[in-house]
Amino acid sequence: MLNGQSGPLLSLQDFTLRRGPHAVLDAVTLTLDPGRTLGLLGESGAGKSTLAMALIGLLRPPEVELFGSMVFAGTELVGLPEAQYRALRGNRIGLVFQDATASLDPCFTVGQQICEPLKRHLGLGSREAAARAIELLTQVGIPDARSRLNAYPHQLSGGMQQRVMISIALACNPQLLIADEPTSALDVTIQAQIMELILLQVRASGSSAIFVLHDLALAAQVCDDIAVLYAGQVVEAGPATAVLGTPKHPYTIGLRSCVVELDSELLKPLVGSVPSLNEMPDGCHFCTRCPHAIPRCFKERPPLIAYQGRAVACWLIADLPTSAAVPTPAPISAPTPVGAGAP
Amino acid sequence: MLMNAALIKLLQTLLVLLIVSVVAFFFLKMAPGDPVMLLLGSEYSPQAYARLMHELGLDQPVTVQYLHWLGRFVQGDWGISYVTRDNIFKQAVLQALPVTLSLATLSLLMALTLGIPAGLLAALFRGRWVDGLVSSLSVLGSAFPSFYLGIILIWVFGVELGWFPTMGFVRPWDDFWDGLYHLALPAITLAVYYTGLIAITTRSSLIEVLNQPFIAAVRARGEPMVRVVGVHAMRNVMMPLVTVIGLQLGGLLRGAVMTEVVFAVPGLGQMITTAVLSREYGVVQAGVMLTALFFVMVNLVVDQTYRFLDPRLRAR
Amino acid sequence: MKSFWKAVSHQRNAMFGLAIVGVFILMAVFAPVLAPYNPTEQNLEFALQGPSAEHWLGTDSFGQDVYSRMLYGARLALGIGFASVALGLLGGLIIGLSAGLLGGRVEWALMRLVDAILAFPEIILAIAFVAVLGMGTDKVVYALAISFVGPFARIVRSDVLQVKARPFIEAARLMGVSPFRIIVRHLLPNVLSSLMVQAGIRISTAILLESGLSFFGIGVVPPTPDWGLIIAEGRGFITMAPWISGFPGVALALLLIGLTLLGDGLRDAFDPRSGGH
Repeated sequence: MLNGQSGPLLSLQDFTLRRGPHAVLDAVTLTLDPGRTLGLLGESGAGKSTLAMALIGLLRPPEVELFGSMVFAGTELVGLPEAQYRALRGNRIGLVFQDATASLDPCFTVGQQICEPLKRHLGLGSREAAARAIELLTQVGIPDARSRLNAYPHQLSGGMQQRVMISIALACNPQLLIADEPTSALDVTIQAQIMELILLQVRASGSSAIFVLHDLALAAQVCDDIAVLYAGQVVEAGPATAVLGTPKHPYTIGLRSCVVELDSELLKPLVGSVPSLNEMPDGCHFCTRCPHAIPRCFKERPPLIAYQGRAVACWLIADLPTSAAVPTPAPISAPTPVGAGAP
Repeated sequence: MLMNAALIKLLQTLLVLLIVSVVAFFFLKMAPGDPVMLLLGSEYSPQAYARLMHELGLDQPVTVQYLHWLGRFVQGDWGISYVTRDNIFKQAVLQALPVTLSLATLSLLMALTLGIPAGLLAALFRGRWVDGLVSSLSVLGSAFPSFYLGIILIWVFGVELGWFPTMGFVRPWDDFWDGLYHLALPAITLAVYYTGLIAITTRSSLIEVLNQPFIAAVRARGEPMVRVVGVHAMRNVMMPLVTVIGLQLGGLLRGAVMTEVVFAVPGLGQMITTAVLSREYGVVQAGVMLTALFFVMVNLVVDQTYRFLDPRLRAR
Repeated sequence: MKSFWKAVSHQRNAMFGLAIVGVFILMAVFAPVLAPYNPTEQNLEFALQGPSAEHWLGTDSFGQDVYSRMLYGARLALGIGFASVALGLLGGLIIGLSAGLLGGRVEWALMRLVDAILAFPEIILAIAFVAVLGMGTDKVVYALAISFVGPFARIVRSDVLQVKARPFIEAARLMGVSPFRIIVRHLLPNVLSSLMVQAGIRISTAILLESGLSFFGIGVVPPTPDWGLIIAEGRGFITMAPWISGFPGVALALLLIGLTLLGDGLRDAFDPRSGGH
């Protein structure tokens, strides 16, 4: 539902989230235009889910501290009073959780749970809400929706449960849908169906979507834009074709070479692992594993700059080889934790 | 489907009750003292003894005696009390049982009214002083010996302050307000124990439930915390709460018995303990059977309540 | 053993409980040394006197020293508590092991028996057994032990069934290890740990039950220094001599609280999901 907005639907500027002494999300900057899909890519612990929860406002003070700016459709989300945030959740921003089985209240029927946002945000009465719920369930491909209304979550299969979750998230026609690993908990055969369903719904309504994913291939198929996160920092962002097709940041390059190609390219794993929060380096967080790191990388945070059609945060931009010649990681003796990442 | 499961459970329960009855019967057999002698009292003579023994059917084989006893028991003929010369069934079921029930019910109501909100507050303000206060008081309440508490309350509120009567009992169905007035102190004593238990369980269950992913999902739909906690979380807490109450039934009864004795409330607990002291084994046996029966029934009810509370248990 | 300690020491409440229980254990062990008087020594001319230099906690209606009786009461309470739980544990182990290992009809029969025992509320069972066995310290221990056999038997059986199914037991059998060795060296240790926690929790129940029974007058016999008994004796003098019931009552309450804290701590350390006391 395009509402004639000019400018991005969602815009993050130096958004930082601190838990205690640690910056779990470090000066994240990205934008999402109306009607486009954005993929958040990264390893576990990169902060993708944290960002998703922060966007919908489930992660806020006093558990964490928020800095910077997060603007959604003209409203600043950082510091937004809870009452106003509640009006957005489930209404203009929808969230699909990873594990549908655990995300549905076992003591309430599917119908009762779908009708909750319908009654609260759209003010529908019981009968209208039930009618709309049936519509929604049918839309997401659940057969015999009318009788399913009275079913309890445990009576449905995993795939059905996720469809229900999706219908709840879409119930009020949100402008932004956030899907956190929506298919990771499902059987492989169902994954494609569900992904297709979400995409269909999103495109049909013209809303924007943010997909939190760890699967590059999936991201390439589904997302218009990609933002790659590493240890809380955005390292590369831009159109999917650019970021995944011709990655410029060493991490993205490394990620890409981890994907097994069908023409039997050898697996080239990335060396090392994400540093713990206590040992996070001051500068670029990837410096401890980067085969091309220079001293400057350890101390100074590289800014996100536009380069060849996307944004990259790397000091060596000018000198980076293209993906045509995938660099072999220089042998690194155990990554030295830069203890300068002090609280 | 549901009926079958319930039916099986019922049959199992009946079997257990049967074994219980055997145990209860043999318990009486093992009790010291000779019932025939006791009944004869001063009218003893060898002929009278033999005759009474025959009358009572005590000269028959044990299994036959058991079956006769069981037959009489099921029909409500529980014998006569030596002391009161009264029908034991009437004494136990019609007089003592309702008293115990009214005490237990009143206490449970008080405890639920106080305990659940207390546990809720403790869980919501976990780690702060509210939590510390509620948790400490709850442990105190659940561990404090009921009979001692009763004595203290009688002394402070009954004797010193004179706010409540210290002895005497008025049946609430005879005179509601006076009955309640007399039940107040014992009910409060018992309620302290129940409240502690309920508060602790509510608190820990709520904390567990609030950590579940579906709570975040409900919040993500824009529901206010009042509804998240009050409707979704609490609904999921009901089951662990009922489970614990079910597990603690023995403790609940123990508390009731102790309270009855301290406050001289003429319920089952009072009846059984007095009967042991006066060697009224017939009454003890009746009391034991009755409480066992009741216990089993309540367990059954609690069991069925689980199914109602947790949709996942409504078997297909 | 060390990991046991580590787990428990992290629980502040449990440590607090341990401290309290520790004090009472010391009281119990050193009662003969600490008590200035013989607990059953009567001095009628000093009856019903308040706390003083000669009698720290006063005297009761028979002139017995309340402080000494309180100390010995700790000994009795803990003694009965441990003994009855230990006996019940033994009985439960025997029944549970037999049921779990022998299976079939034996298991079915034993478990129905256990169901029947469990059909009675503990206190009623204890009262019934005292009625049959008679009163006195040892009778109380037996009565309580019998009422504990039920719960323990159930736990042992279910643990045995669980452990029995584990691959390493199968492996041991295939290797030809004698069944006895399997039971003792492999089965028992696994079963015992959760059992110990349950046993710990039951001790406070045992003490509460026995003092309750004594309070009713159907437990230990006077003049045994039992807290429940003393509280009952002092009850008639509550206004003029509150110290008789007062102090032993406080001692009982404290010990029970300490045991509860300790029991909860043990349970949280080893089986956080088991809930309930």
